[in-house]
Formats: sequence, C-alpha cells, structure tokens
Amino acid sequence: MPKQHELNRFEIRLSGTGGQGILTLGKIMGQVLAIDHGFHVTQTQSYGPEARGGASRADLVISSHRISYPKPVNLDMLVALSQEACNLYFRNLKPSGFLLVDTSLVTQTPSNIFWGLPFTSLARDKVGVAQATNIVCLGAMSHFLPFMNFNNVKKALAGVLPAKILDVNVKALTLGYNQARKLYPDASEKWTFSSPMTMESEQ
Amino acid sequence: MATKKRKKKEMFALGNEAVVEGALLAGCTFYAGYPITPSTEIAEVMSARLPLVKDGVFLQMEDEIASMGAIIGSSLAGRKSMTATSGPGFSLMQENLGYACMTEVPLVLVNVMRGGPSTGLPTSPAQGDVQQARWGCHGDHPIIVLSASDVQECLEMTVVAFNFAEKYRTPVILLLDEITAHTREKIVIPDPEDFEIISRVTPAMPPEWYVSYEETMRGVPALPPLGSGYRFHVTGLTHDQNGFPTSKPDEVKALMHRQFRKIDQFFYDIQLVDEVNCDDAEVVVVAYGCVARSAELAVHMARERGVKAGLLKLKTLFPFPKTAVQTLARQCKALVVPEMNMGQISREVKRVNNGLTHVITNNRVDGQIITPSEIFKNIMQA
Repeated sequence: MPKQHELNRFEIRLSGTGGQGILTLGKIMGQVLAIDHGFHVTQTQSYGPEARGGASRADLVISSHRISYPKPVNLDMLVALSQEACNLYFRNLKPSGFLLVDTSLVTQTPSNIFWGLPFTSLARDKVGVAQATNIVCLGAMSHFLPFMNFNNVKKALAGVLPAKILDVNVKALTLGYNQARKLYPDASEKWTFSSPMTMESEQ
Repeated sequence: MATKKRKKKEMFALGNEAVVEGALLAGCTFYAGYPITPSTEIAEVMSARLPLVKDGVFLQMEDEIASMGAIIGSSLAGRKSMTATSGPGFSLMQENLGYACMTEVPLVLVNVMRGGPSTGLPTSPAQGDVQQARWGCHGDHPIIVLSASDVQECLEMTVVAFNFAEKYRTPVILLLDEITAHTREKIVIPDPEDFEIISRVTPAMPPEWYVSYEETMRGVPALPPLGSGYRFHVTGLTHDQNGFPTSKPDEVKALMHRQFRKIDQFFYDIQLVDEVNCDDAEVVVVAYGCVARSAELAVHMARERGVKAGLLKLKTLFPFPKTAVQTLARQCKALVVPEMNMGQISREVKRVNNGLTHVITNNRVDGQIITPSEIFKNIMQA
C-alpha cells in the first residue's frame, strides 16, 4: 500500500489542444484517485465548440475532505501539452506548484524550474502511436504524484480502455513512468502538501 | 445488525451520467430526444442503457418538438418518460410542454443550461433559462422546476423529478448547468430500497365509471395507461371533467383552479431546500446549481473570518420556496443572491422578501462560474 497522504484541495490542470486526449487523461486520473485511492475528486473540463483544435483543458481538485467549489483556484500542478496552454495558465500556478511540460511541443518555458519530458515524441517513436501521448503523460504523472500509485493506474487502464488497445497503452504508461523515474528520481519528494488556500491569484 | 451491509456500487461519473442512473432507478423506460451540447451525454448513455432495460425504448427524434410529442404519448401509454435538452431545444419544447401541462401528463424534462440567447455559448455554463422554465410555455399554468448542484444530487433530483411528475401528474423540469452536468465526481449508486419510488395513481373503479379529469380532494386525477380498457379523451383545449372541450366559465374555472390547487396545497412537500450554517446566520447566500458550491466555500471562508454567514441552497426553484426564504429574511441583515444571469431568481427573492431585509444581487453573464471570492466579497460587504 502506498503511503496515505492528507490532501487539502490539491489542484491539477491538464491543458493542451483539442485532440490530444486531455479529457480522457483527466477522466482516467480522476477515476483512479476517486475509486481506487478513495480521495474526493472533482474533474471539470473546458473546451471550445470546435470538433478539433482549439484549447482544451481538464481540471482536477483532489482532497481528503468533501469538495465544495469544484474548480481549481490555485494550481499545485500544471501539465502543459502545448506552448499556448503553458503561456496561458502558468500564472495560475501556486508559487510552490510544479510545471510539467511536453518538451517536444513546449520550447519556451516561463520558468527554469519545471519538469519536462517529450511525451509526444516518446509516444510516436517509442510506442509507435502518437495518440498514446496522454497515456505516456499519465505514466509520468504516476511517478510525479506520490499519492497516485502506478500499479493502481495500470489496473484502472484495463477497466476504462477497450481490450484491443490495452497492450499498447500499458506500454505507453510504463514508458512514461520509467522515463520520469530516470530523469527526476526524487521528484515526488518535492511537494509540500496541505498548504493553506489563498484566494489572491484566483482567475 | 444481523446482515452485513454489502458495499454499494461506486462510479466516477459525469452529472449527465448520474441523471441517467437516477432515471433508471426511478423506473424510466422511455427516452426520446435530440442531442445538444451540453446535455448530449444523457442521450448517449440512455441509448446504451435503455435497450438493456425491460421494455426500454430509446428514440432519437428529428427535433425537440417531436421529442416532447413522443414522450407525452409514451407517458399517456403508461411509461415513465423523459427527455433532455439545452437552451435552444428547450425553446422548441415549450409548445408541447404547454400541452403536457394542460393535459396533465407526467414527464421529466432535463434542461442543461448553456450561455444564450440563441446558439450562444454551447460549451459554457449559464443559468439563463430559470424564468423560461417557469413561464416559457403559453397560458397560466403551475409547474415544478428543480435544480441540482453536484453529481450525486443530479442522481437524487432526477429520482425526485420522476416522483413529483408521477405524484402530481405534471411535467417536471430539472435545470442543470454546464458545470454540474460536465463535472465528474464519485457517486454512490443507491439500492432501490433506499429510495421511495412513486408511480402514478391508476383508476381503481371499473372502466365505465372512470371520469378522466375528476374533481378530487387531492386534485390529481387517476391516469390509466392508454389501451388498458379505460377510455379517455386528451385535448389541449380547455376541457370538462370527462376531457371534452368546454368553454363554460364554471367548468373552465374549475379546471384551472384544480390544476393550480394540486400543486399549491403540497408546497410543503415540493419546496426542497438545503440549509448550511443558517441557524445563527446574519448574512445568508441564496444559491442554486453550480453556484451553490461556490457559495458553500464562500460561506466557509466568511465563517473562518468570524462573519456569521449561511447558505440556503434551492433544490426546488418553482414553486419558489417562499417560506424558507422569508424565515431567513426575518432573521438576517442581508440576503446575497449570486447567479449566472442578470437576476432571474433574485427577482423572486425580492418578491417574497418584500422589504424584510436587504437583498444583494451578484450576477455574471460571461460564461464563467461565479467564484467563491466574488461571493465572499459580497458577504463581507453586506
């Protein structure tokens, strides 16, 4: 069993472009954290009226207590899979929050302090399916977030994905996890949890 | 306890998916609709789930006008029926909604509100259809309008909507907003025995004695399924107790008064509210839908700073919960009414407040949710 964390409104934003699988990523993460880990989770989403393209984002608020306001106020973690999203949402990040970017798409980060992995090129070159970008990212997240257990994520994948694409996604998940562990071995120890919420930089 | 309670089924679900779970628990077997963002998932999940239910029918109709026609027909044939839509489709449904009011057909209409008017903001939240839900269809009519603010409540209020529709033989509108409908949360699927499921009263007398719109104490006539041997006439024209058109003033008056009375005399049953920290509250926020969640956090923040704030969450919007609002208006120094329109519920609050206390409106119409800090500021300034 992973260590039980006490979370007080831990807020994550997953952002990018329509078609990258952002909403699916948010849904799977929420499912794992709410059902398997027993946290209170609200997952909200924002997307444009377009079928493809346009900004897309999924927001998660994770807490050990009941969540009243379902949207994030100050982000603990921002995941940006496009330069535009990175520029747009960086200002919503807490001073103690962390930025995770897809280094194959985000070339200019607003800060030198960030975690970066080339999710899209990893998915395309190592997994062979560009559509698995979100799952590579999910694998990396299960390393970065100490309260999200890799094995639970792997189990949950089987529940949410159709059998015929399960193998390739498990491969993508494991790749993301291992890459993150190799590049940032002590990342999950950098968090400071349950910091009191302030309302200043609310959007 | 002799038996150990088995673990209930948990789901990480959208508000829209929870509506479907609630509808199926309540015994819905017929859905007709025309998909529209942000209500589409209701149609989508219904189309997958209803065929697995005994006698379940899912119909995609050519438009919203026909959708209402279909569910009125199926409800008269004895099925619990529903449809779901959003602003533009809701406008199209109004004509047949009026027909359902006049003919007293039980049905549930879910309207997931998005930015409007017209096509407006298809993927953004709003609460602009509140007065349309009350007064959208022509003619003077009573109607029940409910709302929900989180995913579990979407499930519960859908069951309540079906119960009210069947109990009072009336259309019930469940107003959601894009945020409530598109938020995923963990919900617990209740066991069927945890809920009271109400079905319409069917006639107990032999068919030849049946009077289809009979005057009774409750004011709710029995409704047999069409084709079960009970003959009755259904018309949108003002009708007499036998369901045939009439324009005699005494019969018209009797019909209209009974239709209002059947709702009015059960206000205590229909007007649902939740109170949070209201007992000693000096400032009370009156909110509904997703805004009630912002308000809950705002109230919590105000309490932390020593301000006695409370939240009155409206689960029934119409008939407007007059007693609950007036009781609090007498005790507090201000009511704050945040909503994502230019003041559709605050006008009701002001109406029942009638000078008792100060009413502060907090409106937003830019397609964004009202944040806790906005409401917090209003509480602190009250």
